[in-house]
Amino acid sequence: MNAPSGPAPLLQVQGVTLQYKTEKHLVTATYRVSFDVYAADRFVLLGPSGCGKSTLLKAVGGYMAPTEGSMRLKGLPIRGPGADRIFVFQEFDQLLPWKTVKHNVMFALEASGKMRGKAAEAHAMRYIDKVNLTKFADSYPHTLSGGMKQRVAIARALAMEADVLLMDEPFAALDALTRRKMQEELLQLWADTRFTVLFVTHSIPEAVLIGSRILLLSPHPGQVKGELNSDGQDATDPATGRCLSDRIHQMLFADRIEEQEVVRHG
Amino acid sequence: MADMRAPSARLPAVAPIRPEYLRDVVAGGDIGVVQKPLTLWQRLANQAWLRKAFILIAIAAAWQAYASYLNNPLLVPSFAATLEAFQAGILSGDIPQKVVNSVWLLLKGYVLGLVLAMLFTALAMLSRLGNDLLETLTSAFNPLPAIALLPLALIWFGLGDISIIFVLVHSVLWAVALNTHSGFRSVSNTLRMVGRNYGLNGPRFILKILIPAAFPSILTGLKIGWAFAWRTLIAAELVFGVSSGKGGLGWYIYENKNMLDIPAVFAGLLTVILIGLIVENLVFRNIEAATIRKWGMQS
Repeated sequence: MNAPSGPAPLLQVQGVTLQYKTEKHLVTATYRVSFDVYAADRFVLLGPSGCGKSTLLKAVGGYMAPTEGSMRLKGLPIRGPGADRIFVFQEFDQLLPWKTVKHNVMFALEASGKMRGKAAEAHAMRYIDKVNLTKFADSYPHTLSGGMKQRVAIARALAMEADVLLMDEPFAALDALTRRKMQEELLQLWADTRFTVLFVTHSIPEAVLIGSRILLLSPHPGQVKGELNSDGQDATDPATGRCLSDRIHQMLFADRIEEQEVVRHG
Repeated sequence: MADMRAPSARLPAVAPIRPEYLRDVVAGGDIGVVQKPLTLWQRLANQAWLRKAFILIAIAAAWQAYASYLNNPLLVPSFAATLEAFQAGILSGDIPQKVVNSVWLLLKGYVLGLVLAMLFTALAMLSRLGNDLLETLTSAFNPLPAIALLPLALIWFGLGDISIIFVLVHSVLWAVALNTHSGFRSVSNTLRMVGRNYGLNGPRFILKILIPAAFPSILTGLKIGWAFAWRTLIAAELVFGVSSGKGGLGWYIYENKNMLDIPAVFAGLLTVILIGLIVENLVFRNIEAATIRKWGMQS
């Protein structure tokens, strides 16, 4: 696990334990999770539901503090939410319904104090163009399809040119065809602007396609099972002769084979 | 029973295997009618205001017919007589003066009520105790008709505008505070996180995220508050109404009843209805169209 000598990691998560309270219980979401994210990584947090991946992302976003361990962005500890880490949520209502597409993007720039007025408008339009929504710049979110809304959210996040994008299953609420298209668009945007993204998903194919590096988490509570590299091609591992998605599937579900069988036949 | 034991006997044979085929689709322009305008009559029937205007005309006609049949202007003056009294009231400047008095008093109470509602809601957003305070007060005072406080107000503040403003504030405050507060609380967690993500907090967070996101509820509160206030005002004016020689519409109705000028009473009622309609259908409808309907936030 020694980091290669060279660039320092952009985001360091060390031994992070996250706990939250429900009405009746104290739930441990993750237990001593560590990982490093480097600039231009497409870093995927992958695991079944209950592995605390979304909670982990919220903690990196600054919405909750770890009970143990540390999280550093560019060497500085994370204290609360900030515009250097921009969230893209799964929910469509992350767009402000009372603002047009253009003003949603401009809102981000102006609220965070990054830009104002004409400069913000030009900057916003540049990123709206990148997600091919120039024609819809003056539309209100409720007139857009789900995929378009997510593209606006991505444009808004990219326009911030933040240190790291935090994407919480951004395509999970889309239909299969749109999801597929959005994944490819995201990769193209990455090739274009080389942002750093921390991407949460529970879909193995999505992780393999989107990720350059995949962190596997086991559930109840979330613990690191390993980190794998992906070239997006679902390449066959020469050592085992199995493709990446098969290896991931086996690692995540090896101890639950029987359950899987029951589900498959049931 | 026999086929239940041997279900396979009822299963169809394997579907026949058919050849595959591919086709070119005809371009839209070549298929006769894809979209065609409705007839004039259909379009007229689709206009809600036109249908409602028709209903109003029918009611006026029925009223006129019944009043002519009854022929007792002391009980039910005819529609024409009411219109005449209305016209006379307008021309003499009597009704407009009363309308101005009423609306001006109403606005004073309404605005003061809104300011207090904002203070209460802010207090409720800032602390749990404020929250409990607002919830207790609204559940205690919301079911109490404001007009029931008038006798008390008369003792405390005397015969004057202040008494009426007191009951108006009471009628506006709780409805608006209740709706604004519940609107704030139902703002989705995602939107809150988005706001904080871009560095908004404190007053900027309330102004840029909470208020617009809760606007449908806030507007509902404003509408209910207005309706309560308008009804309360007319009722309060009916009870005493005249202060320093300036009466409102409620007083106009009461005064004319005492003089047995029933068409003028009806004209006063008509004015009350008209103002209610104008505010509810023009003012609030336009605010709605320019905000929550444009934003697709109307539930």
